[in-house]
Amino acid sequence: MVRLDSFAVFFKIIISAATAATILFSVRSAELDPETKGEYYALLLAVTLGMYLMASSTHLLMIYLSLETVSLTSYILAGFLTHSPRSSEAAFKYITFGAISSGTMLFGISLLFGMTGTGDIMLISSRLGEMFSQGDVYPLAVLLSITFILAGVGYKIASVPFHMWSPDVYEGAPIPITAFLSVASKSAGFAMFIRLFYSGFKSADASIDWSLMLAVVSALTMTVGNLAALPQQNVKRLLAYSSISHGGFLLMGGVLLTSEGLQAILIYLVIYLFMNLGAFFVVILIANEVGSETIDGYRGLGSRAPLIAVSMAIFLFSLTGLPPLAGFAGKWILFAAVIKEKLYWLAIIGLLNSVVALYYYVRIVKAMFLETSDDTESLSFSPGSLVLLLVFVVPTLLLGIYWNPLYELSRVSLGKLMG
Amino acid sequence: MVPLLYFQLLSVALFGIGFYGVLARRSAVLIVLSIELMLNAVNINLIAAASYLNGTGRFAAFDGQIIAIFVITVAAAEVGLAFAIILRMYRNRGTVNVDEINLLKW
Repeated sequence: MVRLDSFAVFFKIIISAATAATILFSVRSAELDPETKGEYYALLLAVTLGMYLMASSTHLLMIYLSLETVSLTSYILAGFLTHSPRSSEAAFKYITFGAISSGTMLFGISLLFGMTGTGDIMLISSRLGEMFSQGDVYPLAVLLSITFILAGVGYKIASVPFHMWSPDVYEGAPIPITAFLSVASKSAGFAMFIRLFYSGFKSADASIDWSLMLAVVSALTMTVGNLAALPQQNVKRLLAYSSISHGGFLLMGGVLLTSEGLQAILIYLVIYLFMNLGAFFVVILIANEVGSETIDGYRGLGSRAPLIAVSMAIFLFSLTGLPPLAGFAGKWILFAAVIKEKLYWLAIIGLLNSVVALYYYVRIVKAMFLETSDDTESLSFSPGSLVLLLVFVVPTLLLGIYWNPLYELSRVSLGKLMG
Repeated sequence: MVPLLYFQLLSVALFGIGFYGVLARRSAVLIVLSIELMLNAVNINLIAAASYLNGTGRFAAFDGQIIAIFVITVAAAEVGLAFAIILRMYRNRGTVNVDEINLLKW
């Protein structure tokens, strides 16, 4: 049902770090109503528990239950600003989309259960292997059930065509929750994806080639995420689309069926945690001080708050993937794994998307440093906020140069997952 | 003994009707109703599969019935939450017609 192995512990550390950061962000956020803070923190801990279970579950029922726990509490958290119409609209779109996707995933689970007679992933893997070797099964039926299950997994990691909820929810939810969803929800989703597809369906790949389907999904996700981010003016929405395209990059490591690909996913998730949480923390600070969530609110920040502006520039360049920052190291390891498996078309699409992404990230940097705003008084931030910002900046700078410990950690965490 | 295929066809038909309902309905309440229909279709599939597999003697598969009970519970919780969110949305926007809920766009 639930398996405590090094893989689960690795993801639990990532999720705990994201929760700790979100709690520290929520203390500083001016959006949240102080009267309901008690329920807010209780819900946040409930989501964390659900995500721990998502990372450890090895039974189809447990996967569905933990997915629903995380989803239901996320719906509430996304709609937590009670007097904001955008927040309740975001929560409604989230719950509608999430319920459809998990309903579809459940249908796939029921089909898979009907074919194999069990819910335990290891048993499913061995029975699928038996059935395919004896020729006792319709490959199309297995492919169909895997595709339906991909609906639920794809919704959690926000891949095309299940990404539509992501920009609206990221824009409408309170900013600490947006940061939390973008990092922790995606990490838990990838833990679930790796367990399902690598512990469960790997034996079926020789017959039905789901890795090619995933490769196409990954390419589409990267492209759609990037192209849709180009015209955005709202920074939260822009970061949402960038999050979608990063999910596509991560999925690229998942189509390879090698342990290098999975290692690349794990490493990139850690790097992504620091970059993305840092970027959202700057968004929170600016929203508190300037009161704006659009790129126009970032004008002239280079002179008004130089430390914040430089940190944001570091995070944005790292998200693009420029050396010597951490984002470059993550993408390097991903592309190395893809090229090693000779999936050249996927690597080329990934490279082109990285180049295109530079445009919308640099647009914010340009607004901060090359444009001036009417209001030129300098902004001051509390020392606590600056220390918290450093906690995200320093790994972003260091991991781009020295990532070996992370590499070893991910290799140890994968352990016996691949065989 | 009714063959498993007929139960699965019924389940697929209900799932399709529910899916169409989610896509084509304008009232938020009817969308939630259609989601319930989808989840109940899955329940039919699970219980039919469990009963059929148990009958053939190939696998002992009570899991399907247990999964079905959990799905009923989760569906109930989800619907309660969905109505709470719809209520909040109605108080903020004055309508449950999803065509008019369009603050978050491109």
